[in-house]
Amino acid sequence: MADTKNVRSCKLRASITPGTVLILLAGRFRGKRVVFLKQLESGLLLVTGPFCLNGVPLRRVDQAYVIATSTKLDLSGVEVNAKINDSWFKRSKDAKSAEQQFFGDSDGKQKKLLPAELIQTQKKLDRELVASITKTPLLLSYLKCSFSLKKGQSPHLMKF
Amino acid sequence: MTESARLYTRARVLGYQRSQRKQHPNATLLGLENVKCKEDTEFYMGKRVAYIYRAERPKNGSKIRVIWGRVTRPHGTSGVVRAKFRKNLPGTSFGSIVRVMMYPSRI
Repeated sequence: MADTKNVRSCKLRASITPGTVLILLAGRFRGKRVVFLKQLESGLLLVTGPFCLNGVPLRRVDQAYVIATSTKLDLSGVEVNAKINDSWFKRSKDAKSAEQQFFGDSDGKQKKLLPAELIQTQKKLDRELVASITKTPLLLSYLKCSFSLKKGQSPHLMKF
Repeated sequence: MTESARLYTRARVLGYQRSQRKQHPNATLLGLENVKCKEDTEFYMGKRVAYIYRAERPKNGSKIRVIWGRVTRPHGTSGVVRAKFRKNLPGTSFGSIVRVMMYPSRI
């Protein structure tokens, strides 16, 4: 049987380096342009929109579902929180018992709030990223708008 | 929210791989949009393909169903590709359009 404990992270494509603008190809945020921050231990890519520009929060994606563009961002003024790793993304389990969950408690309708620490991390990162983004003209609006294939366009003819 | 983002190219189902009298339904031929030569098919190798169709009876609350497949290799020199689907495509799919996704990406 394969050794399941040691997860070897896959090699990063040469076109993806920290600061590369990526286009997401699948999932809820497909078509969005995001900034690549770093590769996590599991091999997944840590990306963010930034959230304040196009609504993509700190998120993990597989590199197979991503197009690397030739646009690169200078990340020298950006400090990625060292705490962010794969376990950082694990959701905290509900303290409620399964029975309570099944029958639905009275407070079940209350909207769940994100932990304040998560919001703070995102806000700080957004601020630093936007400061770097505004140095290049048009990059801000480029990240805001999403990618889509239009009539007559083919990806094999494109230079991303 | 991103409904309008089209992130796939269209391809026409041309039929099965075949000889004069035999067909091989485990390989489907696809004609990709704007692809006219073998060199242009390189980008599409390994890409996921979705054949989306409507059926009478809903399954999982939807009448829309999908058969997934992958582009396997070029076929000939004029830009046609072979694809392999999880379930072989039905004969009624010939002439219809399938979606060729942009993932798994290599760029």
